[in-house]
Amino acid sequence: MDQSHDIKKHVRTYIAVFIALLALTMVTVAVSYLHLEVHEAIVIALIVATVKGGLVASFFMHLISEKKAVYMALVLTAVFFAALMWLPLFAHSDPIMMNHVP
Amino acid sequence: MEIPYTIENRPDTGLFNAKLGIWLFLASEVMLFGALFTSYILLRVSAPEWPHGSAILNVPLATLNTVVLITSSITMVMAWASLKMNNFSRYRMFMGLTFLMGVGFLIIKSIEYGSKFEHHLFPSNSTFFAIYYTLTGLHGLHVIGGMIVNGYLWGPGSRMWKSAPERFTNRVEVAGLYWHFVDLVWIFLFPVLYLL
Repeated sequence: MDQSHDIKKHVRTYIAVFIALLALTMVTVAVSYLHLEVHEAIVIALIVATVKGGLVASFFMHLISEKKAVYMALVLTAVFFAALMWLPLFAHSDPIMMNHVP
Repeated sequence: MEIPYTIENRPDTGLFNAKLGIWLFLASEVMLFGALFTSYILLRVSAPEWPHGSAILNVPLATLNTVVLITSSITMVMAWASLKMNNFSRYRMFMGLTFLMGVGFLIIKSIEYGSKFEHHLFPSNSTFFAIYYTLTGLHGLHVIGGMIVNGYLWGPGSRMWKSAPERFTNRVEVAGLYWHFVDLVWIFLFPVLYLL
C-alpha cells in the first residue's frame, strides 16, 4: 500500500485548499460588515459558500477524480435538490397560497 | 460468510461497497438539509419582517466554529492520508485532533445556546429562532454522530489496522466523507443564519 509519493502531492493540495477555505471564511465575514443591500449580500454570501463547498467536495471528498457511479448518484440528487429549491419560488408566486399565509 | 467488496472495487460500480453506500446516504442527507433550507427560504420570504442574524446571534463565535470545523476537515483527510502512507501513529494523532475539534465545536455551540437560553430566546420565541434551532440542532446531532464513529475508529476500531489495513483505511475514508459533508453543511448554514 505504498503510494507515498502520490499521497504527498495530495497533501500539498489539501493544505492549499485549507488556506483557501480560511481566506474565504474571512471574506464572507468581511463582506457582512459592508452592510450591502440584502439581495447583494445574499448573492455574494451564497457564491462564496458555493466556492467553499466546491473546494471541500472536490478535494477533501475527492469528487474531482471519482467514479462514474458516484457522479450518476449525485447528478440525480442535484436534479431533485434543484426542484426542492424552486418550491419556495412557486409558493411565493402563488397568490392563493400567499394570501392564506398569516 | 465474508462481506464482499470491502477492499477491492466491484466490477460494475468501480467502488468498494461502503463507498457507494456512504455516497447514497449523503445524497439522502442533501435532501434532508435541502428540505430544511427550502423551509427557511419560504418562512423568510413569507415573513413581514426578518431579523438580521448578526444582530441577535454571536458572529465571532460562529466564525470560530467555522474555522474549527474547516480545520477538523483537514485533520480528517490527513488521518486518511497518513494511513495511505503506512504511518499509523500519525493517523492516531490526526484522528484524535479531528475528534477534539468536534468536541471544541460542540462546546462553542453550547456556549452560544446557553447565552440564548439565558436571554429566554427559545424556538417558541420567533420563526427565526425556530428554524435556527432546528437547523443548528440537526447539524449538531450530525457532528455528534460523526464523533462517535471517529472516536471508534481512533480507539477500539483501530485494531483492524493490524489484521486488515486496507479495509481499515477504507473505513476511515468513508467516515471522512461523512465528516466533510457535515463541514459542507455548516459552510452554508453559517452565512445563511448568521450573516444575512
